[in-house]
Formats: sequence, C-alpha cells, structure tokens
Amino acid sequence: MGHEEFFAATLFNRWIANPLARLLGIHAEHDVLPAHVVMILLVGLALVLLSAAVRRRLSVDKPGNFQQFLELLAEGLNSLARDVIGGSARRFFPLLGGLFIFILVCNLLGLVPGFMSPTSNINVTAGMAVLVFIYYNYVGFRLHGFWKYMAHFAGPSLAVAPLLFVIEIISHCARPFSLSVRLFGNIFAEELIIATLNGMFPFGISLPVMALAVFASTIQAFIFVVLTMVYLGGALEDAHEEEMPSAEV
Amino acid sequence: MRKLVLLLSVFAVLSLATFPVYAQAGEGQTVMETHWLAMAMAIAAAGCGIAQSRAVAGGCEGVSRNPGAVDTIRLLVILGLAFIEFLALLTFVIVFLIR
Repeated sequence: MGHEEFFAATLFNRWIANPLARLLGIHAEHDVLPAHVVMILLVGLALVLLSAAVRRRLSVDKPGNFQQFLELLAEGLNSLARDVIGGSARRFFPLLGGLFIFILVCNLLGLVPGFMSPTSNINVTAGMAVLVFIYYNYVGFRLHGFWKYMAHFAGPSLAVAPLLFVIEIISHCARPFSLSVRLFGNIFAEELIIATLNGMFPFGISLPVMALAVFASTIQAFIFVVLTMVYLGGALEDAHEEEMPSAEV
Repeated sequence: MRKLVLLLSVFAVLSLATFPVYAQAGEGQTVMETHWLAMAMAIAAAGCGIAQSRAVAGGCEGVSRNPGAVDTIRLLVILGLAFIEFLALLTFVIVFLIR
C-alpha cells in the first residue's frame, strides 16, 4: 500500500494539481498531492455539489427520495445526540452530521475500484480526531471557564484529586489517539483484506467481504460520531454532581 | 483432560518455537519473526473475540430481560465493542509498523 497508482489521483495531479503548483512556482519532481489528499478533495467536492443540488430542490410538499433519506439521517443523528449530549445538542449538529457523512462517504469510496478510502491513511483520521479533541475542550472551557473545567478532571473528592487529575489528563490525551487509530485500523485492515483476497483468488471471492465492509464502514462512521457526542457530553456536564446524572431510560 | 490440554498447549508452543528458525524471508528477517508477528495478531484476535462475545451476550441478555431498554443497550454495546476492538486494532497497527 502507499505506492499504488490510483487513476483518479494520477489524473487529478496531471491535469489540475501539477499545473497549479507550477503556476505558483513550486517545482516538484513527483505528483504534488498524495492519493489520499486527492480523494479527500474529490469527496469534499462531491458532497458540496450534492448538497447544492439537493438544496435547490428541497420541498415541503413533495419531498424526493433522497431528501427523505437525508431527513431520516438528520433526525436519527439529532435524537441520538439529544440522548447523549442533552438539551443543547442541536448546536453541534453541523459538526456531527458533517463528520458522519464525510467519514461514511470516505469509507465507502474505498470499495469503488480505482479509488481508495482517505480514511485508510492515519493522517486523515488523526486530523479529524484532533479537530474533535480541540473542539470539545474549547466547548468545555467556553462553557465552564478555566478553573471549573479543570475541576472536571479532579474528580469528586479533594483527597484523590491529585491522582485523578493526572489519570484524567492522560486518558483525555489518549482520546484523539484512540479515535484516529480505531478508524484508520478498521478501514486499512478492511482494504488490506480485500486486496489480499483479490490477489489470492479470482475476482468475486472478495464480494462477501466487501458486503461486510459496507456494514463495517457505516458502523465505524457511526462510532466516530457517537464517541464525539460522548466527549462533548462529558465536556458539557457540570463537574462532580452530587446526584446521579439523570438517566433517560 | 486438563493434563491433555496442558500437554497439547505445551506441544503447540514448542512446535511454534522450533519453526524454521534458520530460514531467511528476505530483507534480513527470518521466517520465525514473521510467524511471531502473525501469532501476535492471532492472540489479539482470540482475546478480542472472547471479549466481544461476552459483551454481545450481556447485551442480548439485557434486551431479553428488558426489551424497553433496547436503544440504550444498543448504544452501550456498540460503544463497548468499539473499545474492545480498539485493542486488537492496536496490535494490528503495531504488527504492521514493525513488519
């Protein structure tokens, strides 16, 4: 992996990126953009065009199939976010929905021959995970103020606070790592398995695995978003409440 | 029975340990090292399988006891599975890095 040729990336580099780089005065011997960046650009472009197209023909009276699908998705994500985060969940819908759709499309792109999943590169997933990490800490600091947010890490009682503080800081720093490695490992392993099967057996043996991969891609996108919700919810809740946080069962 | 299992497992470890130690697998890496890397992934997958099956079993039991709590339990089980799976993925990444 890594040095494979993807025709979309090659074409993009040859017709768009390389001339643009030359125009800007950058002289590169190889292609300017690595394959995963090209794939991200393609996904972003496709999603922007798709949303623009959908937005123009949104209608209340007779919604189309695709609009209904999107509404279902948004409604599901919203209700889940309301369960996990709480009342202020709507504020975060742009982040959560954007992450979900972007990761889902990125994961599924790898199953199309000639393309790769951008999320099978650790840099892409680490970028998203660091974004989530910075954002939820920003939200926490913004809502609680510096000292009250720091009290989150210290735990309920003063006696164990020094110990808990260190542990909590470490566990928070492990979050972006685990987020990025989880997504990357899943998608990368999936692509590797499909590539290995295609190399060993005639074409068609890997089809059941690809069907499984569609499922796994969706689950992984979902898990990334759910964990983002959990982290946001943790940053938003008040520090060491006395009563149990209200369980909405 | 216990002795048989113990004997078999000792035999398995020994046979694995005495696998073609001297064979070269290219790029200065012996076959044995590659086999141990595969073994690491196998152990991780086995542990991950046991843990995930326990988690799913707990989830199913919870749902059958209280079908009303399906939504909460589904969320918790999926989250737990993700956390368990992460350990195997960590092994996978490490195996891939030192390959």
